[in-house]
Amino acid sequence: MTDVLSTRPDGLQGLATDWASDQRAFKTASWGKAMMWIFLLSDTFVFAIFLISYMSARSSTVTEWPNASEVFSLHLGGADLPLALIAIMTFVLISSSGTMAMAVNFAYARDRKRTAALIFATAAMGALFVGMQAFEWSKLIHEGVRPWGNPFGAEQFGATFFMITGFHGTHVSFGVIFLLIIGNKVRKGEFDSGRRSWLCREKGDYEAVEIMGLYWHFVDLVWVFIFAFFYLW
Amino acid sequence: MTHATLPETETAAPEKQGQAHPIRLYLLCWGLLFVLSAASYAVDYAQLQGLLRWTLILIFMGLKAGLIIAVFMHMVWERLALSLAILLPPLAALVFMGIMLAESDYTLQSRVDNFATE
Repeated sequence: MTDVLSTRPDGLQGLATDWASDQRAFKTASWGKAMMWIFLLSDTFVFAIFLISYMSARSSTVTEWPNASEVFSLHLGGADLPLALIAIMTFVLISSSGTMAMAVNFAYARDRKRTAALIFATAAMGALFVGMQAFEWSKLIHEGVRPWGNPFGAEQFGATFFMITGFHGTHVSFGVIFLLIIGNKVRKGEFDSGRRSWLCREKGDYEAVEIMGLYWHFVDLVWVFIFAFFYLW
Repeated sequence: MTHATLPETETAAPEKQGQAHPIRLYLLCWGLLFVLSAASYAVDYAQLQGLLRWTLILIFMGLKAGLIIAVFMHMVWERLALSLAILLPPLAALVFMGIMLAESDYTLQSRVDNFATE
C-alpha cells in the first residue's frame, strides 16, 4: 500500500490524479470498503429523507407537536426523568461503537481472542439497545400512540416515530446478526486459515472486521441525528 | 503517458497494517462522545428553550457526527478521492431540506387560511 502512496500526490492534486487515472479511483480503499461506503451513502439518503419528511410534517402541522421530553420521560425512583431511557440507549450505542473501534484495531494486530470478545460485546450492546427500543415502543403503544394518532398532540407524531426509530432499529438488528457472524468467524480463526472466501482474500486479511465496523459506526451515526432532531428538538 | 509512471496495485492486496492507530486515540474519542452526549442530554434536562437550545443541539450533534466519521470510521486517514465522494453528495439532502422547509411553510399557511375552524 505504501508503494502506491509514495508516488501519488496528496490533496487536491491527488484527488484529480486519482479520479483521472482511468483505473480504480479509490487507490487505498479496497473494493469491499469502497462499496460499503457507497452503500452507507445511499443509506444516508434514506435516513435523510425520513428526517426531512419528519421536518415537513412537524413544521406544517397546525396542532401542537407532542413534547418529546415529556412523552419519553421515565418514572424512576419517584421522579420523572426526561428522556431517561433514550439517554441510556444513546450511551449504550456509543459504547458499542467504542468496542467496535477497538475490535478493528485488535483485528489488524491479529489478536483473535480480543477481537472476537470485543465484537461479541458490541453485539450484546446492540441487542440491549434493540431490547430497550422494544420496551419504548410497547410503552408508547400502551399509552395509545398509533401511526394515525396519539393522545399528546399532532397526529403525525406516531407515524414519524415508528417509521424512523423502526427503520433504525432494523439496521441495528441486522448489524447484530452480522456482528455475530463475523465474530464467530474471527473466533474460529477463519481469517487466519488461508482459505479464500467472500470475506477474506488471503491469510490474515481482517478487513472484513473494519468493513463491519463501518456499518456499525454508521448505525451509531444515524442515532446521533435521530437523538438530536427527534428527541431533543 | 503520464499515468504510466503511476504504479497500480492490480490485486488490491490488503493493507498489511490496515487502519492501525493507537488505542489511546479511540479511547479519547470514546470519552469525548460520552461527554458530548451528556452535554446534549443536559440541554434537555436544563429545559433550555429557543435559539440557544437549537444551537447547542446542532453543535453537539455536529461534533459527535464528526468524531464518529473522522476517527471511528477512519475518514481522516482516507484519500481525498474517497472522502469527497462520500461526504459531498449528502449536501444535496441539505438543499432538499431547504426546499421542503419553504414548502412546509406554504402548506402551513394554506392550512391556516383555508381550514381554520375557530
